[in-house]
Amino acid sequence: MTDLQLMTLDVNGEEHEVVAESRRTLVDVLRHDLRLTGTHVGCEHGICGACTVLVDDRPVRACLMFAAQAEGTRIRTVESLSQGTGECELSDLQRAFSEHHGLQCGFCTPGFLMLAEGFLAERPDASKEEIREVVAANLCRCTGYQTIVEAIDDCAAARRRAGKEN
Amino acid sequence: MTPRSTEDRLVGRSVARREDPRLLTGRGRFVDDIALPGMLHAQFVRSTVAHAEVTAVDLSAVRQVPGVVAAFTAADLGLGDITARLDRPLTEFVPTAMPVLARDRVRYVGEPLAIVVARDAYAAEDGLEAAKVSYAPLAPVTCEDEALAEGAPLLHDAAPRNTLVDVSLFASEGIDAVFAAAPCVVHVDSRTGRQNALPLETRGTVAHWDDREEQLVLETCTQVPHQVRTVAARCLGLDERAVRVRVPDMGGGFGLKCVVGREEIAAAAAALRLRRPVKWIEDRKDALTASFLAREQHYDVRAAFDAEGRILGLDADVVCDMGAYSCYPFTAGIEPLMASAEMPGVYKVPAYRVRGRAITTNKAPTAPYRGVSRPQYVMVVERLFERAARELGLDPVEIRRRNVITDFPYTGVNGITYDPGSYREALDLCERTVREEGWYEKQAAAAAEGRHLGIGYSCFSERTGYGSTAFAQRKMEVVPGFDLSEVRMDTSGAVTVTTGTMSHGQSHETTMAQIVADELGLPLAKVKLHQGDTDRITYGWGTFASRSITVGGSAVRLAAAELGKKLRRIAAARWGVAPEETECGEGCVRRRDEPAVSLSYEQLAEIAYLKAHLLPKDIAPGLTGTAAFDVFNDGTFSNATHACVVELHEGTGQVEILRYLCVEDCGVAINPQVVEGQCRGGIAQGIAGALFEQVTYDAQGEPSATGFMDYKVPTAHEIPDVAIHHLETPCAFTETGAKGAGEGGTIGAPAAVLNAVNDALRTTGVELDHTPITPEAVHNALRRQRTLEHTR
Amino acid sequence: MKPAPFRYHRARSTEDATRLLAELGADAKVIAGGQSLVAMMNYRLARPAHLVDIGGLRALDHLHRDADGGLHIGALTTHHTVETAPPGVLEPGFGVLRRAMRWIGHLPIRTRGTVGGSLAHADATAEWCLLAVALGAELVAEGPHGRRRIRAEDFFFGYYTTALDPGELLVEAVFPRPAPHAALTEFAERHGDFAIVAAAIDLDAEDGSVRGGRVALGGVAPATVRVPEAEAVLAGGGTFAECAAAAADASDPPGDANGSPEYRRHLIRTLVRRACEEAMSP
Repeated sequence: MTDLQLMTLDVNGEEHEVVAESRRTLVDVLRHDLRLTGTHVGCEHGICGACTVLVDDRPVRACLMFAAQAEGTRIRTVESLSQGTGECELSDLQRAFSEHHGLQCGFCTPGFLMLAEGFLAERPDASKEEIREVVAANLCRCTGYQTIVEAIDDCAAARRRAGKEN
Repeated sequence: MTPRSTEDRLVGRSVARREDPRLLTGRGRFVDDIALPGMLHAQFVRSTVAHAEVTAVDLSAVRQVPGVVAAFTAADLGLGDITARLDRPLTEFVPTAMPVLARDRVRYVGEPLAIVVARDAYAAEDGLEAAKVSYAPLAPVTCEDEALAEGAPLLHDAAPRNTLVDVSLFASEGIDAVFAAAPCVVHVDSRTGRQNALPLETRGTVAHWDDREEQLVLETCTQVPHQVRTVAARCLGLDERAVRVRVPDMGGGFGLKCVVGREEIAAAAAALRLRRPVKWIEDRKDALTASFLAREQHYDVRAAFDAEGRILGLDADVVCDMGAYSCYPFTAGIEPLMASAEMPGVYKVPAYRVRGRAITTNKAPTAPYRGVSRPQYVMVVERLFERAARELGLDPVEIRRRNVITDFPYTGVNGITYDPGSYREALDLCERTVREEGWYEKQAAAAAEGRHLGIGYSCFSERTGYGSTAFAQRKMEVVPGFDLSEVRMDTSGAVTVTTGTMSHGQSHETTMAQIVADELGLPLAKVKLHQGDTDRITYGWGTFASRSITVGGSAVRLAAAELGKKLRRIAAARWGVAPEETECGEGCVRRRDEPAVSLSYEQLAEIAYLKAHLLPKDIAPGLTGTAAFDVFNDGTFSNATHACVVELHEGTGQVEILRYLCVEDCGVAINPQVVEGQCRGGIAQGIAGALFEQVTYDAQGEPSATGFMDYKVPTAHEIPDVAIHHLETPCAFTETGAKGAGEGGTIGAPAAVLNAVNDALRTTGVELDHTPITPEAVHNALRRQRTLEHTR
Repeated sequence: MKPAPFRYHRARSTEDATRLLAELGADAKVIAGGQSLVAMMNYRLARPAHLVDIGGLRALDHLHRDADGGLHIGALTTHHTVETAPPGVLEPGFGVLRRAMRWIGHLPIRTRGTVGGSLAHADATAEWCLLAVALGAELVAEGPHGRRRIRAEDFFFGYYTTALDPGELLVEAVFPRPAPHAALTEFAERHGDFAIVAAAIDLDAEDGSVRGGRVALGGVAPATVRVPEAEAVLAGGGTFAECAAAAADASDPPGDANGSPEYRRHLIRTLVRRACEEAMSP
């Protein structure tokens, strides 16, 4: 029994038509059907967060969603973060991760970036403790988390400063 | 003599990582990101029982499943076994032949029996469900007591008492008399939980046959590409030339990926059979149950002290539960031999006896995991010192001070010569920091309120830069140690560096480039590192044992120096002076006597390649420098002292880490930020082992942890911030003065955490020596104290 | 860890959903946020032949007070919507719900997971199950034969089983009266995990004095339970410590890898007391 779905997915502002089995998870469709391989797979049961993407601006686990469920939503992946600022320009959040050494092997990093991107958009005034609690949503095996928390906190602070100046 | 003044040097600076832009933008290329035309997807039929004769593997229904393209058993593929050996007599070491796919016997739940290849990973899993395997069950052996019991069922007929390794490396004469006469003898019996190193990226491979190159290409996430090539060639009956291992970006390894897996060989065999690319990506359930585990050890150790707290002797029995098979290339000896060789550690131990054993059980096999045995024996030795201090009424830091090695080089009872370090200085600075931060006062104040604060230390060194000589002492059949590098300059003056090491998070693309850039006076952007391709690098031993910067970094620097020499010879010939009268400067070679006279690297490269007629006859065209580096002594020792402050919560038994300090010395830090990253990440893994992570097996040999609900990898909520202080005792014999920094954090953390927890429990009469320490264990200890108070 | 095949059905309305469920029978499962179901399907521990996706039924995504001060939460309301609801909707009276949300998994789980999904999944330690039992919620089910209301304490039967009939859809949770003195707390080894023990308390208090209350526990029985013995202590003017001790004594928790019965009783004592104190703190 093959149950195929014809889906239209809005990913990073582009519309994609995909025919895929209904059992295909969003992360598999993003990675293997649309070849957006920046989003990673770490556990396929919703705990590690390597597959975190934004759905309608909110961070979600792309391994716990069937792609069919994502029709009619706006999906954003790590590939969208540095768009609009030149070929290899990093966003302020990405720069903060690099400056603080918030990544080593880099496998969990896209998940943390999208988690932070979604969270800071909603809570630009988040305290460091609140950031730490949100960072606890994803697993990293390399960094010990401290520099991830510091990177996000630093980025949030810089955005607040920039907001005041404008 | 390097072209840069101290202040201009890149080595020692936290320059931005070369790896970051691609990894931050999602443009990294990990193994599962690879897609080749016509690629198929593999999964494995795995044993559902721990121990059995396999009477039949029927794949006929599998082949009927929609989407399944092929399915193979061991008999279908006829592959050679993976057998790792030590050069020791059978009384000391029994090799195990690990088949790529199990044939007539399975020895753990999860052991691969057949490979199913399908159009996608979903159909492959559908195929697995259709496999029919018949078993004649055998009694499972699931723990040390069962394995060593008289008349126990045997996993391997050649291994009586289920013992793969039984070696007594040291037995000081008269040690029994030392213990008999000692005023203070303390004992620790400690068991440590079986762990998974848990790189966030699971194992995986994409295998395909390249007709044009007549080569099997294996794109595999491995720390040891050349060793994978060797095993693949042997198992498949190919010349090594006909196998190319390429390593994409890697999502961590931590030792789990420094052994050769069965699945990558089976996937390669399937790709050869089908002449189509085959991808295998391990899922998390298999990664937890059927991959390589580590660290399940039992220590029974006594230490003798004199009345002043000086250690007189150490008497240890170590049993490591290595699971079903020896891993390649390290063998089941990896854990017991590491513990046996290194246990005296930072202390002046006059008498030492040790017996190290590896037992085989019906559990997934083990691989080295960051620190290899050192997190465990450091924890045990540090517990012994704390216990002795308590018995003798000494301060726990003071007793360490009386015993740490202070005069270097120091040759220990274990025959190892320790190069200079800062053992005493690190201990003093760490304790001073704890005092200055007021933790002893806070502890006293908490005690007055009936709260339980504990302060714990751990003091250790870590051998890094094992050369061939040191590894040869382990008697491995294949002896790792050296590394090779080639530094090549192109016609534009840019440089390509190869190395046999394989970064998987350690930032080598940055740090190795820093070394080369300094050596040649080049900007970082002009230097590009290539690693992880067996066709581009003659040979290499990969990345493990904190060896990459010490050994690989030295080879890279020497190769760069060779290239520099050639550049100077060309320039000298142009000027008609001796090469000694020239030196490398910023992007050029210049005359020593007249520094304004120089030839840029671009000009020299133009001569070397495009105007070779200008070269004197004794200088060949082209610009490369090659070098090998090996360590001929006992290696170099990084050292550190950690301090941990915990509070135990009576209401839940929870251990809360209030403060974590690390004073570390890894010699010259090529990139301090990278070193700190290694420390912090290592400490997080050490804390994870001390308090959270464990794979248990039930009496039938069924593993408990199939996901992250059960295998409790700690999060940002559990892992504290870590304050790091650096000391620097440069290594005298590595080319950069660096010592290794990859494992220290993990080695020191369990001891510091356990000592802190036990310090907080000091009034209870309970000591917790097994890991992981669970909240329930803490609760039980505190409950005992409440009962004691009640009866008083 | 890829799910087994299934047929996907997108419900256009609640009627459509209940009709599909009736038609497809026992092999069908409802998917809302899918935060528990998809994980189980990836492990192939759940393998429904049909999935009925109710995610598009925006009518079930609502959060509002009624004229009597009761709170109505549509089944498709996410935990995150509750967590970030405008103050006027929850406060006064239902601040406990907002505070309790931080115990549910992590942010990316809360953005997808729904109140109805959590209640219908009926994990004994699920926060919404505890809140529903402690606060005396009524759960509204819609089936082929219309709507009915089920009291929360009658809703949870045992391990992942509820009073919902096949073909019935949980559409709304109604919290009939404000709970100004209520709290939920729990303990797990790792923050965000399923609790070893969880406790929710709704105290009946005025001017700082407690006249009674409801006590709900998770992790001590196959389903979320009320503990009448502990409630009797509250009604009889006992202290929070006595209430907590009564809750522990009255419970017969299971022992497993996450904790022995004795340890779970200890946690009950700690958490019931902690929840009571938090419920009374301003």
